[in-house]
Formats: sequence, C-alpha cells, structure tokens
Amino acid sequence: MNVFGDLLGGFGTVLSPEYLLYAAIGVTLGTFVGVLPGIGPALTIALLLPVTFSLDDPIGTFIMFAGIYYGAMYGGSTTSILLNTPGESASVATAIEGHQMARRGRAKAALATAAVGSFVAGTISTLLLSLFAQPVARLATTFRAADYFALALLAMVAVTALVGRSLVRGLMSLVFGLFLALVGIDGLTGQARFTFGTMELLEGVDVVVVIVGLFAIGETLYVAARLGHLPEHVRPLEPGSARDGWMTRDDWRRSWRPWLRGTAVGFPFGALPSGGADVPTFLSYTYEKHRAKNRDEFGKGAIEGVAGPEAANNAAFSGVLVPLLTLGIPTSATAAVMLAAFQIFNLQPGPQLFDNSPELVWALIASLYVGNVLLLVLNLPLIRVWVKVLQIPRPVLYAGILVFATLGVYAATGSVNQVFLAYAIGVVGFGMRHFDFPIAPVILGLILGPMLELQFRRALLVSNGDLTTFVSRPLTAGLLALAVLALAVPYLPRVVARLRGRRPEEEPRKLVFAEDD
Amino acid sequence: MTGTVARRPGRVPAAVVSAALLAAAVAGCEKDTAAGRNAGGEVRYPTKTVQLMVPAAPGGGWDLTARTMQKAMTDGKLVEQPVEVYNVTGAAGTVGLAQLVSKNSGDPHHLMVMGLVMVGGVVANKSPVKLDQVTPIATLTAEQEVIVVPAASKYRTLKQLMDDAKADPASVNWGGGSAGGTDQILVGLLAKAAGADPKAMKYVAYSGGGESKAALLSGDLTAAVSGQSEFADLVASGKVRALAVSGATGIDVGGGSPAPTIKQQGYDVELMNWRGVVAPPGLDEPTRQAVTGLVDRLHSSDAWRAVLQQQGWEDFYRSGDDAAAYFAAENQRITAVLTDIGLG
Repeated sequence: MNVFGDLLGGFGTVLSPEYLLYAAIGVTLGTFVGVLPGIGPALTIALLLPVTFSLDDPIGTFIMFAGIYYGAMYGGSTTSILLNTPGESASVATAIEGHQMARRGRAKAALATAAVGSFVAGTISTLLLSLFAQPVARLATTFRAADYFALALLAMVAVTALVGRSLVRGLMSLVFGLFLALVGIDGLTGQARFTFGTMELLEGVDVVVVIVGLFAIGETLYVAARLGHLPEHVRPLEPGSARDGWMTRDDWRRSWRPWLRGTAVGFPFGALPSGGADVPTFLSYTYEKHRAKNRDEFGKGAIEGVAGPEAANNAAFSGVLVPLLTLGIPTSATAAVMLAAFQIFNLQPGPQLFDNSPELVWALIASLYVGNVLLLVLNLPLIRVWVKVLQIPRPVLYAGILVFATLGVYAATGSVNQVFLAYAIGVVGFGMRHFDFPIAPVILGLILGPMLELQFRRALLVSNGDLTTFVSRPLTAGLLALAVLALAVPYLPRVVARLRGRRPEEEPRKLVFAEDD
Repeated sequence: MTGTVARRPGRVPAAVVSAALLAAAVAGCEKDTAAGRNAGGEVRYPTKTVQLMVPAAPGGGWDLTARTMQKAMTDGKLVEQPVEVYNVTGAAGTVGLAQLVSKNSGDPHHLMVMGLVMVGGVVANKSPVKLDQVTPIATLTAEQEVIVVPAASKYRTLKQLMDDAKADPASVNWGGGSAGGTDQILVGLLAKAAGADPKAMKYVAYSGGGESKAALLSGDLTAAVSGQSEFADLVASGKVRALAVSGATGIDVGGGSPAPTIKQQGYDVELMNWRGVVAPPGLDEPTRQAVTGLVDRLHSSDAWRAVLQQQGWEDFYRSGDDAAAYFAAENQRITAVLTDIGLG
C-alpha cells in the first residue's frame, strides 16, 4: 500500500473549501473555548458531540474535531503563559516557565515559541503517524501492567527527584496530590475510599477541578491578598526589547532543539495505552531544565521550558491517534470521546478501519497537517491581541479569571459541589503559595498516583501476587533499572568525589519548579 | 475601565459559549408541576419541555440512547415541546439516580435513562437511593455481551475455558469494565452456572473498553468480557477469537458467522446489557400511564426503528407493568450475584 498516494488522496478530500471551513471553525472554536480554565479539548469535543448527530458527515466532523483539539490545546497554553491559569494537566508544565516569561515582558516570545513549537511537533508527529502507525501500535500492545507500573515509576522518579528547592515541601505537595488521587471509587474493587459517605465524592476529585482550584483560584486569592503591594497592571510589555518582544534570533536558537526533543518524548508516550499528553510535558520540562546550559534562568522564564512541553503536548495527540485508529484503543480523554464519535457514525476503529474506510482515515490524517497550519496562521497574529490581556488592571483581570474559572468548573462537571470543591482547593493553593510550596507536584501526584497504584495491583493480580513479575521480563526490568538510575544520577558526582577522598566542590544543583511559583 | 475590558476580543465569544453552557445546565435543574389535565380528567403530557437526564458523561451508551430518543421524539413530532438532554455524571449513574429522587420527585417532565449497569452500581456502591424508589417506565434496547480470547489462546470453546477456571481459578485472568459492572456480573453468573466459586474468579477491572483490549493483546488477560460491538474489528481481523455471546440467540460479533450463545454451550446464563427509562417517584397512576404512552409512541415510531437498525441495537421493549416486573427481577438476580462475588 502506498502511504503517500493515500495521504495525497486525503489531502484531496480535505482541501475542499467546505472541509477547510470545518477545520477553521474547529481551530477557532477550540482556541476560544480552550482559554477558559477547566474546559479542555476532551470536554469541548464532548459538548459538540450532539452537533455531529445532525451533521451526518463523518469526515467533516473529524476534521473539525482535530481542529478543536489543536485549538483547545493552544488556547490552554495561552492562559497558562499569560495568567498562570492552566486549564488542563497538559498545560501545567508550560505555565511554570511561560508565566515567568510573561512576567518579565516576554509574553510574545513565549506565545510564539509555543505556537511554532506546536506546529513543528504537530507536523513531525503527524508524519510519524502516517508512516509508522501500524508498527508503533504493535509495539504499544506489548506493554503489560508490570511495564506500565515501571514506566509510571520512571516518570515519577525522573520528575520528582528534581522537584523544588526544598525537598520536604516538594514531597508534601506530591503527597497531597497522591492523597487527592485516592478519593473516590477504587478502580479494581469498586469500593469507596475517603468519600466520608457522600455521593459527591464517589467519582473522585477531577484533575480539572484541582488544576482550576490550585492555579486560577489560588492565584487570584494570592494576588488579591497582596494587591496593595503590586503595581496596578500585571506587566507592561518591556519597552525597547528586540522587535517588541517577538522571538529573537537567540530565542530561535534556544527553541528548536527543545521542539524536536519534545516531539520525541510526546509521540511515543501518546501512543502508549494509558499514556496521554500530561506525563510527556513534565518529562520534557525536566529534561530541558536538566541539560540547559543557563540553568539559573530556569524558574525565571527560560524559553526552553516553554518550547519543550508545548511541542510534547501537541506531538502526543498524533501519538494518541495511533492506538485509536489502528486498534480502537483510546488512551486519553479526548480519544475516548472521539471513539464515541466514531461509534455514532457506526464506525468501529480497529485493524480494519484503514481498509474499510481509507478515505476517512487519510482525510483525518491530512486534516491534522491542515489543522496545524491553520493554528499557526490563526494564532501568530492573535498573539498581539492576547498579550493585551495583561494591560487590564489587576483587580478587573483577576475578577474576570475568577468568573471564568467558576463557569469552567461548572461546565466541566455540571455540579455546584464541584465548584465549592474547587474553591476549597483554591484556598489550599493560596496557602501553598503563601508558605512557598511548589504547586506542580500536586498535579503530578494526581496524574501518576492512580497509574502507579492501579498498574501495580493489576500486575500483582494477574501474576497471582508474584513480585518477580517486575523483573522477569526484560522490558519491565529495564524500565525499573532506568528508574533507579534516574534516582541516583543527581547524587553521583558527590559520591564519586567522596570516593576519591575529596570534599564535594558544590552541592548537586537541585532543579527547581519555578523559583517563585 | 470598561473600554479596557471591551478590548479583549477573544473573551467575548468565550463568554457567550460558557453562558450557553451554563444556561443549558441550569435549565436542567428547573422544577415544575405535574402534567396538565383536560376537562375529562385525561392527562395531557407533555405540557412543557421534557428533561431527559443522562446519569453519565457525554459519549457513552446512555448518552447515545438519550440523544437518539431526543432526535426521534422531535423528528417524529411526538412532542410539541422541545426535549432537552443533560448529563449528571457519577458512580455508575447512582449520583443521577439520587438527584432524580431528591430533586425531581413528582415531576413527570423529568425522565432518566438507565440500565443494567445502574442496577449493579446501586448494589456495588451501596447507594443510599435504591432503584425501587423510582417509577419504572420502559426498557428500550439491549446489547449482548461477548467473551473473547487472543487468537493464539489455547481455548477454542467456552467449556475449555470454564473447566480451567473451575479447576484452577488462579490460572485464568478475566478482564473487562469497571468493578461490579455488566462484564464482571457475567463472569460471576458464568462461574456460578459452571459450579465454580464466583468469589475465586480473578477479575481485573479496566476503565472503558480500550484498556482491556490492550491488556488482552499484551497477554495480561486470558479472556476479556465486553459489549458485543467493542471487539468486532479485532475479531474480524483475526487478532482475537469470540468464544460466546450472552443473549438468547447467537449473533455475529465480527467473525462473519453468528457466535454461539453461552446457553448453547451448556451453561444456563443469559445476560443482556439493557437500557431503559425511568421517571421520578411520586407520580399518580394516570400520569404514569401518560408518560408510558409517550415512550410507547416513541418505540413504534419510524425514526426509532431506523436508529435501532443503524446502531445494531436489539429491540428490547417492555413497558408499564412488564417493565416494573423486569426491573424487580433483574434487581434480585444482580444483587444475588454481586453478593456472591463479594461486592454486595
């Protein structure tokens, strides 16, 4: 089968005025909805599902969905960067450096590197999807529960060994996230945990509620508490900075490698069942920070810390489509909603889809390229509009954020109780900011905790409680070895120095999640 | 100051979208009086917007059922007023059930889609609100369950699988949807029918069909249980093999010919993942009949027939007293098997 012939056929379908319009509508809608805290791509698509009932055109629908996804992802990054209010877990890593850049008058550059990085990563990963969908899918289905546990552990260690200036504070934040993850019905036994007998907590604490609470609401409270000490405007654009703050030559030089590395992390993680876009963004952030030459700049707005995670989260989407299209396995919330959309049109994604509906599949893949281009075309000019948000006086701006955050949580959950919960978590977020606790580890615990726990218990269940299941296969053992390595590496220089009988020259530099996060 | 706000062009459409979302959600909470009556004492129904609650997230089977009902009722001109669908997520539908009972009692314009999963959810989650508190209206559709094994598996018939599961329960890893859901219920019923201990069956729960598919292909699972259409493509491509379906007659689940039923293979088990509709408690008899009448008309409409055909849903219609009796019987059976499994 000729991939390029099929792909050209797909472009032939997509590049009609009607479908281009669908793609443009999708990207626009996605961007505008995505800037609302709490409303991410999955929810946007789910809310639009009923529309597809009357559309009666699977190709147009999926083209629009692809546009919405890219748009919503980028919209989420916009608010993360400008206001430090990420709307879903995949933008949390972006917020760390992105917002610091915005505070230092580099908002335009941050938004630009996010847009261009998304474009580059989206295009490369779509190319990977076109060429290697089948083999990657085969590889992904060799992962067993024990491997997922090892992988989650590796991700956890790789990221948390580097959290925060104060290890104790970082760990406390992490444990808080892990605790929140425990609330609700246990996935394996169906028993309720930490619900205090209430129905409302049975579903657990939604990660969106926590993110909106900790970031949008927590940030608002924190700003309100210090309003007297702050200038009225968030940040006037730095006057006289090169070409009004757009990406400088130096920014390009520092961005392109993180874009590529982010793509390399995002695509495979997205393709793994039980993957998704959030873990690779954290990994990419950590990696960029770890290898950066000017590490001191991290926490103060290093452009690498925006470029990498943004690329990773866009690349992950093409990755997510691999198991969805080839095996019918949804690996993220968005993919699950898209699977439902397939079923509405009575299509069952799986090994037969490429043979049974080649026109649809290749049109969808082609629409990803088109969506990427449209995203760039739409958003680069919009950047100058977005940064104007920062010129709004602080009290008005943060009042607005609070309104949108409340609306977002209500729209996402349809429950007033969840709104109260978000506010309660917001108060915690305020306290964490006041006492200098890092915020990101909470989200990390909330995402990785359930993965670690469920896969560990599943692995033990299928192996009848035999712990050797974690070392009996090369893949599992290898991943666990990497995890141990990741834990030990930061301390190696000190150990080596001591072995040589010298005093360590300097403390190992612990990486920091945003200096004044 | 207002001038500054107006200069945020992106925020305006966003605000409109979220306001619309909010309006839709708020409308769902509206509460009103019972159906109107004309001079003869006969109940006119519906007299205003019918609110159809989906006690789960958008995109699932219940959601699809509700939106299909909405489309069929509106397109078929069965109602003059609009029909609105809203979602209340949580805990196998028991959160929605509690809301229907506590907030909408006595209001026939609030209906809720539900099904076998909720019957199990009430038991497994120890829901304080039980299903017998609502007013049964009808069962609408049903899907069979399918039991599949990987293509390379040594099991060719259900009997071989069950013999091993009985002799050495630890050797068979069952997998399927959430704990206490339809898939685990089927495993429990099968074990019971085969003379094995339902509690000893090793059942690994996954969220959604996708994860259990991956686990079956990777070798974690010996056999997976799922809705009839979930594995169709994998069966058709020869990656997995269907051993049995759970209905009264065998159906094609992707293999090209009908898969045998569980009964045909010697186990007295029949389980349909049915979906139906209920009304809040506190309706008087004429009102209940009026609501049932509307669903009867929906069922016999052409629009509904067309959808059944298109979605491959089995027509599983019982209404009025039949539905009430069926709900009660299922409730008893499911409670018993979940208690046997140890989730009751």
